[in-house]
Amino acid sequence: MTNQINWEFPQALEDEGIYILRETAAQFEKPVLLFSGGKDSITLVRLAQKAFYPGKIPFPLLHVDTGHNFPETIQFRDWLVESLGLDLIVRSVQDSINQGKVQEETGKYASRNALQTVTLLDAIEEGKFDACIGGARRDEEKARAKERIFSVRDEFGQWNAKMQRPELFDILNGKINIGENVRVFPISNWTELDVWNYIRRENLQIPSIYFAHEREIIERDGLYWPYSSYLNTSADEVPFRQTVRFRTVGDMTCTAAVLSEADKLEDIIAEIMEAKISERGARIDDKRSEAAMEKRKQAGYF
Amino acid sequence: MEVLRIATSGSVDDGKSTLIGRLLYDTHSIPQDKMEALHAASKRKGLDFTDLSLLTDGLVAEREQGITIDVAHIYFSTPTRKYIIADTPGHIEYTRNMVTGASNAQASLILIDARKGIVEQTYRHFFIASLLRIPYLVICVNKMDLVDYSQARFNQIVEEFQQLLANASYQATEVVFIPVSSLYGENVATTNGAITWYQGPTLLEYLEQISFDHADSKHPARFPIQSVIRPRTTEYHDFRGFAGKVASGHFSVGDEVISLPSGQKSKIKTIEQFEKQLQTAQARESVVITLEDEIDSSRGNMLVKPEDQPQQLKEIKAQICWMDQQPLTVGKTYLVQHGVNRVKAKVQQLHYVTDVTSHQPVEGKASLGLNDIGSITLKTASPILADTYASNPANGAFILIDEFNNTTVGVGFIE
Repeated sequence: MTNQINWEFPQALEDEGIYILRETAAQFEKPVLLFSGGKDSITLVRLAQKAFYPGKIPFPLLHVDTGHNFPETIQFRDWLVESLGLDLIVRSVQDSINQGKVQEETGKYASRNALQTVTLLDAIEEGKFDACIGGARRDEEKARAKERIFSVRDEFGQWNAKMQRPELFDILNGKINIGENVRVFPISNWTELDVWNYIRRENLQIPSIYFAHEREIIERDGLYWPYSSYLNTSADEVPFRQTVRFRTVGDMTCTAAVLSEADKLEDIIAEIMEAKISERGARIDDKRSEAAMEKRKQAGYF
Repeated sequence: MEVLRIATSGSVDDGKSTLIGRLLYDTHSIPQDKMEALHAASKRKGLDFTDLSLLTDGLVAEREQGITIDVAHIYFSTPTRKYIIADTPGHIEYTRNMVTGASNAQASLILIDARKGIVEQTYRHFFIASLLRIPYLVICVNKMDLVDYSQARFNQIVEEFQQLLANASYQATEVVFIPVSSLYGENVATTNGAITWYQGPTLLEYLEQISFDHADSKHPARFPIQSVIRPRTTEYHDFRGFAGKVASGHFSVGDEVISLPSGQKSKIKTIEQFEKQLQTAQARESVVITLEDEIDSSRGNMLVKPEDQPQQLKEIKAQICWMDQQPLTVGKTYLVQHGVNRVKAKVQQLHYVTDVTSHQPVEGKASLGLNDIGSITLKTASPILADTYASNPANGAFILIDEFNNTTVGVGFIE
């Protein structure tokens, strides 16, 4: 069987995603949509727009800003919020650092990726959010493959893999105890290709860094790291200019670039189909150990 | 593009993980870095082969013990369709996971080790497929290489399984038997010619041609209302739409509908999908329906057609699969969630517990514990708008929620 490209988006996935968002709005008092500015959360915003149309999206967006974001992502976020008339809440990791709740990592692999969990949990508590809608997909990573669509977390945001509620048919049980909250994953069953085909079908705007562009990078551990003032580099790591794009968008210290000339959606999709490396292969944060994701989830990571 | 959902279950040694791994490998669905990680992880465990089960066993506890604890979802696609495999462990203590994994499946993949033939686990898998009335049953007789690709052995297993089918209370839309060697990739995605006497499709070829003529579309029209959309903006000042996903059947503009339980009648004015106006909404489509008249309907109510209405049940007789450590308590009140509607219900009676191997009632068993399947009667505080599971699965199942800790403790199939 050859790697022929299927450009068609499976409509059943959109119907399912809309159904989940409507259940979330109906079953919870204060839902919030966790928005990173990446393609998955952009997809969520589109689903939410469709789910409640012609009404407005009945919940705000929450962005946990590590302070190390790509400027292109922040620009895009502000444009999207403005053009759709959305409510946006921003909470920053820098504040958590200033409050002494977390400590900046040191060394050449220093990243704020792990720190953002604390900022997120504080924001959830402050906003009294009982449902946090996220763009995680089960195909991304094997611990995520086990997670429910309505995933119950305790008041420390912890995920207990062994105590998960069974989820049957399309019946979603959003009843929780005081102090608990739920992470909601409407695009659980989508793959990376599904998301791209959806973006293409819906003609959605995405941050420019997804497309090929020239930027300064360094090579480390066989990956291409975006060069920025946030990255701790050693003397032998000399930045050079290269045409690259990003396949996944975290912040600038945990996302590696891929060498690519793809500057159109069609080329990106073709490239993904040909790719020999999985999407999270470019996530430096996952490389820490085989169980990296499961450990972060237990700690309340989204 | 259509999505085909498949349920598989099995234990470590029946070659299920190898079969799924083979399916992913032959459809180019495993990226190189994942494959390399798998080689490395297998080596660390001291194995001299690549253990494809490491691909699906996502939790640390699972990898340590070499067992599958929870439902794993596996995704792959071909140029014609997208597949979602819900992979579950096959042991009796994971019956609830098997039921969960099978609840959304259109096809059930049952693996039989050609050397062992039909074993206890096969009866259980078949029982779950029949409880859930899964339309397509694909019986893979695996490890054919270990019985010299014997046609006689294959036929013997097919015959035994036919016996099982003959005694079952449900009839699958289609049942197929495929001789397979997942280790050598024989009849999984391709055939290498080792089985000369078999002319049928490979597993993947069969899955590729399963008809999507969904039974749901032929069932009576049911539209459970999730919410009412009232924008109250200048542009949509008088807009009042009912948001929901069509559970079964179909609705068209102009159809006469009745809202239950109130019984008020109206006609469908528009069916909307975001900015698009539809003529007809099919089963499983998420839409907004507006009506000609202002009628009082809200979440938990249901739009149906007057000529084909569901039952309004206050007393429910159902098969239950129990999913909680704490056994079902007769006389206790639980919450029934049927679709998007929640009502209080009291357990009136436990009639019997079924032995999932013999498919017969267990003599003298008086309680329904974790992983047990049995028949009960519930009395609800207000009627639920349901069909029997056999006549319309999409409107015939519910979950039971514990009122005190809010967890899902069971699933019911209305009789």
